[in-house]
Amino acid sequence: MPSKASLMLRSALRAHLEARTTAMQPRWRCGAGRIGRRVALELGLCFALAPRLALAQTEPARERPKENDLLVNVTAAAALEPLKPDDLSLDVKQTLAWPMDPETKTLRNGSRLNKVLLLRLDPEGFDPETKERAAEGVVAYSAICPHTGCDVTNWHPDRQLLECPCHYSTYDPKEEAKVVSGPSPRRLPALPLKIADGRLAVAKPFIGRPGFQQM
Amino acid sequence: MKRNARFRVTLMTSALALAVYAATASAQQPLPPLPTPDTPPPVPPILQSYKPVTQDELKQPADGDWLMYRRTYNGWGYSPLSQVTAENVGRLKPVWTLATGQVEGHQAPPIVKNGVMFVATPGNQVLAIDAKAGNVLWRFKRPIPDDMLLLHPTSRGVGLLGDKVYFAAADAVLVALDAKTGKEVWKAPVEDYTHGYYMSLAPLVADGKVIVGVSGGELGVRGFVAAFDAETGKPAWKTYTVPAPGEPGSNTWPTGDQWKTGGSSVWITANYDPETNLSFWGTGNGGPWMGDQRPGDNLYTSSVIALDTATGKIKGYHQYHPNDSWDWDEVSPPILVDYQHNGKTIKGLVDVARDGYLWMLERTGDKINFIDGKPFVKQNVFSRLDPETGRPEIDPARKPATGKKADFCPSLWGGKDWPPVAYSPKTRLLYIPANENLCGTIIGEPVTYTPGQRYVGATSTMYIDQGADHIGELQAWNLDTEQKVWSHPFANSQLWGPVLATAGGVLFAGGTNDRYFRAFDASNGKTLWEFRTSSGVNGVPVSFQIDGKQYIAVQSGWGVDAARMQARLNLARPWEFPDVPQGGSIWVFAVD
Repeated sequence: MPSKASLMLRSALRAHLEARTTAMQPRWRCGAGRIGRRVALELGLCFALAPRLALAQTEPARERPKENDLLVNVTAAAALEPLKPDDLSLDVKQTLAWPMDPETKTLRNGSRLNKVLLLRLDPEGFDPETKERAAEGVVAYSAICPHTGCDVTNWHPDRQLLECPCHYSTYDPKEEAKVVSGPSPRRLPALPLKIADGRLAVAKPFIGRPGFQQM
Repeated sequence: MKRNARFRVTLMTSALALAVYAATASAQQPLPPLPTPDTPPPVPPILQSYKPVTQDELKQPADGDWLMYRRTYNGWGYSPLSQVTAENVGRLKPVWTLATGQVEGHQAPPIVKNGVMFVATPGNQVLAIDAKAGNVLWRFKRPIPDDMLLLHPTSRGVGLLGDKVYFAAADAVLVALDAKTGKEVWKAPVEDYTHGYYMSLAPLVADGKVIVGVSGGELGVRGFVAAFDAETGKPAWKTYTVPAPGEPGSNTWPTGDQWKTGGSSVWITANYDPETNLSFWGTGNGGPWMGDQRPGDNLYTSSVIALDTATGKIKGYHQYHPNDSWDWDEVSPPILVDYQHNGKTIKGLVDVARDGYLWMLERTGDKINFIDGKPFVKQNVFSRLDPETGRPEIDPARKPATGKKADFCPSLWGGKDWPPVAYSPKTRLLYIPANENLCGTIIGEPVTYTPGQRYVGATSTMYIDQGADHIGELQAWNLDTEQKVWSHPFANSQLWGPVLATAGGVLFAGGTNDRYFRAFDASNGKTLWEFRTSSGVNGVPVSFQIDGKQYIAVQSGWGVDAARMQARLNLARPWEFPDVPQGGSIWVFAVD
């Protein structure tokens, strides 16, 4: 039989955890992308819609990439054809991709924070962390610049640096996408990759939080 | 038995230890209760005695106040205060300074009413400060959604009327705050940020309305100006700057649905003529950037439009250049100033445009007329202007297109970007913060529209013209003769400094990459004083008076396009243009 003390301890821990969970619960988001919802939010209808939106929040399309997710080129997303390492040429400008649930074939394009960029480079030049996260020379990073949220779409082939077209922050994809120059406050979150049935797949969730953060 | 007893003691000790631990985990020593909304902080005396701003005051502000973006509706950026003069400005010293806690471009003027200062900063923040002592009175912050694409993280200031402070939040929501408490009184959704709309301008407050425009010319928006009732926030009118099919001007968008993503954003406060109740708004580039992807003149991109402030109806317009392909937003509106032309007094509109031309226009109750135009920096795109309409003839070799690279001057940031000019009625000179000797290339590429994504379709470069001995240039122009009277060059810096003119014959501007804030002699452009702040100064400087003493105030905080140009200059001349440190602060100066 559990002693009184251990019962007390347990209930104390539970209370503690519950308090933490409540505090960490994300705020209701009414702004799921359509003007109607935003207007609703601004008009204070948020609470009325909250139960439905709470479900929407756990929508698989909005969830961050998970282990075993496959990757689909954003420009060919309709075909849902997962990318293989050989779909990416060596040393060529980044390809933007959405993660896809391998079971349900749900494309995780419900949040732009899920967009990733893929590059295939010579792993010889990678630092140990990047080498660990790469699969057949392919590295994946969040495509969203942590400065003000633009898509990182420029590529400097000569120096092999990624560049954000908005404010010209540059990142080194061979060294965990560290900031080389420009106003970005931090590196691009990395998405570790593996190969599954010859296709690129997510090995682990994002290392770091994608998106920019207000001060 | 003994063993059992010992065991029990051990058990009890452990239980006690656990209980103590549990007690610590569940119930620490109770903290004092947090202040609740039921017990709001006391309103400081200076705010208790805050007097509501009247519409008449906006038309005719007290000499010691600075109530709107350019202080007066005519857009002059001129203070009638004259204690600080060319003789004593050398003794100007900081009175106080305050960190805003934000990075990026701090562009807003400190707005001052009866000694209370309201400052908008990046990060959706508004601060109320005791302008004399430097105490923070309240601080308003609105969260910025983390999935937002905020291309220009800045704010250009607040508007005032009655007991309210109006703030155009970055996420395209207009907010009215109680000037005494900083609490939100109402908020009005303006547009949907997930579709690329955002806001950065200071609202125009006129005719009992709060009027804003939207940014997003690089994100495929359809620009507009929208007015809201100042008291309630109820929408009053909304006027698109790109006409829908069937509306006047729609024939300048002959192809398909291009008007729906045509750009023409509005991101600088209009100037306003109370006599005619017309407000004059500048409009941005077309979307996407390349004109061949949206055939036609594309009204009302890169134009000035005159809106009836009561109804929002477009009463007149002038398009500076049709079918923009150079990213030359013409958002900084013309100032309202009368000038002589061919022996006649013109009720004027004078615009210093990004396309590198000084435009002399005429305002009437229902029309904008072209009078004259001439370049104020090197411009090689227009071969001539039509003398009647002012429509430029474009050198086709200088116009980029899809798959066609063109080289042109001035660069895409133009002869003058957003930083406002100033005009002094004492010297009758117009002061222009210009960038000279910068040229660039653009090549267009096909682009597909995705809501909320970049919709530009172009790659650009910038270079310093051969033989250039300077870049930034503060210019003074006589509007009656259309002649440049003096020019102050900056050898190693661009100039992104809004200008303040004062009745004391002193101009103030920052804007250079060396972090200086400077005073110039309004009559000849000589530097009279300079002070090195914590970051580069992109803010609009102001002057105000408290207890009979004149102050000068400005925000320091480098960022946005001044920083982008610095990065491009550093590519042009490696290592000569290192990043300028960021971090915002407010500075207030006075003569000892």
